[in-house]
Amino acid sequence: MNAIIETTPLLQVTGIAKSFPKPDGQELLVLDGVSLKLATGQIVGLLGRSGSGKSTLLRLIAGLAEPSRGALDYLGTPVAGPAAGISMVFQSFALFPWLTVYENVALGLEAQRLPRAEIRQRTLAAIDLIGLDGFESAYPRELSGGMRQRVGFARALVVHPNILLMDEPFSALDVLTAETLRTDFLDLWSEGRMPIKGVILVTHNIEEAVLMCDRILVFGSNPGRVLSEIDVSLAQPRDRLDPQFRELVERIYVEMTARAPAPAAGARPEYFPGQGIGSILPPVSSNELSGLLEAVAAAPYNGTADLPKIATELQMEIDELFPVAETLQMLRFAELAGGDLTLTEAGIAFWNAEQDERKRIFARQLLAFVPLAAHVRRVLDERTSHVARKSRFIDELEDFMTEEAAEQTLRAIIHWGRYAEVFAYEDESARFTLENPA
Amino acid sequence: MQRADRTQTFGFIREFATRWDTLALIVVLAVITFMAAASRGLLAPLSQLDATPLSLAPSHLPEYAARTTLRMFTAMVLSFVFTLSYATWAAKSPRAGRVLVPLLDILQSVPILGFISITVVFFMALVPGRVLGAEFAAIFAIFTSQAWNMAFSFYQSLRTVPTELAEAAASFHLTPWMRFWQLEVPFALPALTWNMMMSMSGGWFFVVASESISVGDTHVALPGIGSYIALAIADRNLTAIGWAILTMALVILVYDQLLFRPLISWVDRFRLEQESGAEPPSSWALTMFRRSLLIKGMKVIFYAALRWTSRAWPERGEPRLPKPARTRRGWIRDTLWLALAFALGGLIAQKLGHALWSGTTLAEVRELALLGLLTMLRVLVLIALASLLWVPVGVWIGLRPRVAQWAQPIAQFLAAFPANLLFPLVVLGIVAFSLNPNLWLSPLMILGTQWYILFNVIAGASAMPAELRRAAQNLHVGGWLWWRRVALPGIMPYYVTGAITASGGSWNAAIVAEVARWGGTEVRAQGLGAYIASATAAGDFHRIVLGITTMCLFVVTINRAFWRPLYYYAERHYRLS
Repeated sequence: MNAIIETTPLLQVTGIAKSFPKPDGQELLVLDGVSLKLATGQIVGLLGRSGSGKSTLLRLIAGLAEPSRGALDYLGTPVAGPAAGISMVFQSFALFPWLTVYENVALGLEAQRLPRAEIRQRTLAAIDLIGLDGFESAYPRELSGGMRQRVGFARALVVHPNILLMDEPFSALDVLTAETLRTDFLDLWSEGRMPIKGVILVTHNIEEAVLMCDRILVFGSNPGRVLSEIDVSLAQPRDRLDPQFRELVERIYVEMTARAPAPAAGARPEYFPGQGIGSILPPVSSNELSGLLEAVAAAPYNGTADLPKIATELQMEIDELFPVAETLQMLRFAELAGGDLTLTEAGIAFWNAEQDERKRIFARQLLAFVPLAAHVRRVLDERTSHVARKSRFIDELEDFMTEEAAEQTLRAIIHWGRYAEVFAYEDESARFTLENPA
Repeated sequence: MQRADRTQTFGFIREFATRWDTLALIVVLAVITFMAAASRGLLAPLSQLDATPLSLAPSHLPEYAARTTLRMFTAMVLSFVFTLSYATWAAKSPRAGRVLVPLLDILQSVPILGFISITVVFFMALVPGRVLGAEFAAIFAIFTSQAWNMAFSFYQSLRTVPTELAEAAASFHLTPWMRFWQLEVPFALPALTWNMMMSMSGGWFFVVASESISVGDTHVALPGIGSYIALAIADRNLTAIGWAILTMALVILVYDQLLFRPLISWVDRFRLEQESGAEPPSSWALTMFRRSLLIKGMKVIFYAALRWTSRAWPERGEPRLPKPARTRRGWIRDTLWLALAFALGGLIAQKLGHALWSGTTLAEVRELALLGLLTMLRVLVLIALASLLWVPVGVWIGLRPRVAQWAQPIAQFLAAFPANLLFPLVVLGIVAFSLNPNLWLSPLMILGTQWYILFNVIAGASAMPAELRRAAQNLHVGGWLWWRRVALPGIMPYYVTGAITASGGSWNAAIVAEVARWGGTEVRAQGLGAYIASATAAGDFHRIVLGITTMCLFVVTINRAFWRPLYYYAERHYRLS
């Protein structure tokens, strides 16, 4: 957009892909064809839901893992292992509980074998900068979450990195603390008091991304890839109530709820939700489904809800809201498009019904639109014993997804199946049955 | 505020001495004197042992206690070094781990008491004619009772270092050396300390067995509490037994207060759960160490050494990524390594098999199997009986934190008491009432090990969430229903852990407990333990090896077929978290 971008980029990521081996020897793609450029003076946001590979990308950049394909250049040289000028702030702080604040911050400098006087001077300066004066001898367990993350920041900044990587640094904090830390960080950043030249921020909070970033990469899932790039040219400090700000938030919601493009040539159709037994199902409970459905059906939405609005009202982050909304869509209880969630006839019927009738409607939708549920039911029906082992389905699912994803998918199916009473499951023997323990 | 005053990390000492220093100085000097006294005579020729026979006079007990304690701590230091190296190797090299971990698992279930005779001969040959050889043998015996569970605990900790902490260490370029001392060791310390305490308790059992050893014609009695007890038993001296018990109690109390209480209280900071809810354990000795400048000075030296070694560690040119799991060359090396391991294993198996089978008759095998079954029956029945007794008691105690605070150390204390101390009582009783030794010797097997059940149940009951108990109260769940639905499931994983430890220990104890002596009177039960004991007394190596091999097979089979599945079942179904 402006002159800054023309200079040598701090970081250049070109066509990167990452895959993990599956039990059957094939590769499972979690990140595909991602490119990104970080220029001096920029904060780039990686926005997406869990499973979109944004944290994986961050770890690749940090040199903690190796990409399967593509190139990663830091200041023109390929990244092969943790680079000296890149440091990281972790979601769960990752402080060493047996070291004091001072020792935690000094650790990275100790590793660089600097003279003691310099370690001391720089450590105290970093502690000062980040507002931890007076807490030097405290242990992490004595600190609140916000203070702990400040230590995380000080520890990352003390090594004078060029690039600061932040992995959802505010998501483990309460709303107020997170806001304070964000503001403090932006103040230090815009005043140029931090020794860093560029920032990459991973987040699943749309407002946070718009508030902090100069450019936002919106990630999609299965496999993780960049859906769109959005430049944020609003001046800092930004105002959440500014119409332009709201417009951007709305636009990103629309981007993120846009229907997935038709499967690319060669990709397995199972990667796309609702199209085969191989789609990963989110751990969404029947209570969450009926909860969101009821909220949309009731006033003021009356059947059509604007996602940013209802997210604010229900105090749900996109990571929590989207899986529920998409499951409603998968069950054809609602349509999700253009940042709006609209109930279908089935959804309205479900809303109007009593408990038993609800279960019947849910069962009908589940068997009709979730292939895995229909598959489990069919297997049970076909067998004279009406019993099937869980491992049988796990094996099948592992052709399409990782072990954990298969576990999670099957847990979701078990929950929905139990609620709809279309099959039963015994945890003790890890078997599906058709009996209901009544 | 001045910058320089803000941290205490590497601060200089201002005061000359604090009152805690006086105390610390006394403690340190006492330890040094004690070590000097205890290590005297190590290089003396063996004949000196005969020249200065053991005495049952209580005035000798302080010296004996010192020598025994020194042996135990030497073994503990060795166990610690072993733990750090063996477990690290097993955890860091997948190739080595494939061999080392199962090996450790087997070593854990081997009845070490049976091996003492063999190791004694080996070490005596190593330093012929010197007391040192016998000392080595005794220390080695104690070491084998302490090391395995410590190594296992450390290995498990190494494998479960939290990902984010490992990533932080990598992204801040910690060298492997720094990573080991700054991340892995601290992370493992709480579990390791707990295991060290257990090991120390278990070690007493072996002290008694290893200080006074007769293998065939060789008889060695090292000065120490173990030999003192053995002599007291041989002389039918009840007063001396009383003195021995008192001394042991004092020694245990002293090292508990001076070493383990402070350690436990200190390692509390290494726990990963960062909640500041529970009251951290306290220790007067730790307070003393912390406030004393002398100790502070030593700490500064330790950290300086750590920093110096960290810097001396060769710097990696460019930090490298972990290598992908399967390269072609790695595959070839894997195969070579496995082939080597199997070849070695095969060779040993062949030699051992040859030694075992030559001269072993079918009748002998049948006898061994029968004896093994007898001992197994004893162990299982005893564990069941002990469970019936200690589970209710443990739950009762565990639900009362005030009582638990007292009961826990007492149980640990009782666990240290070797069965030999009860020999007079049991032998006299059996002879006086002409009881069946097959039945009445059995309780000795579980004397020291039953406490593991008790303190695990106590721990389980105290860990039960108060809300669950209130909910049960609220629903008026009482009586048997309460036990069946609330208490027993709640303590299950803990109970199983305790029962496994107790069972393993009881097999070991069988070697000592199936034959009891009081002076010239000997009472023996039928069993694998008695078989090994008499083979040892006769110096019959063929039968020793045969007996131990049989016992190993029994223990390993029972562990794999019964305890391990039970453990995983309990973990899966009853773990509250």
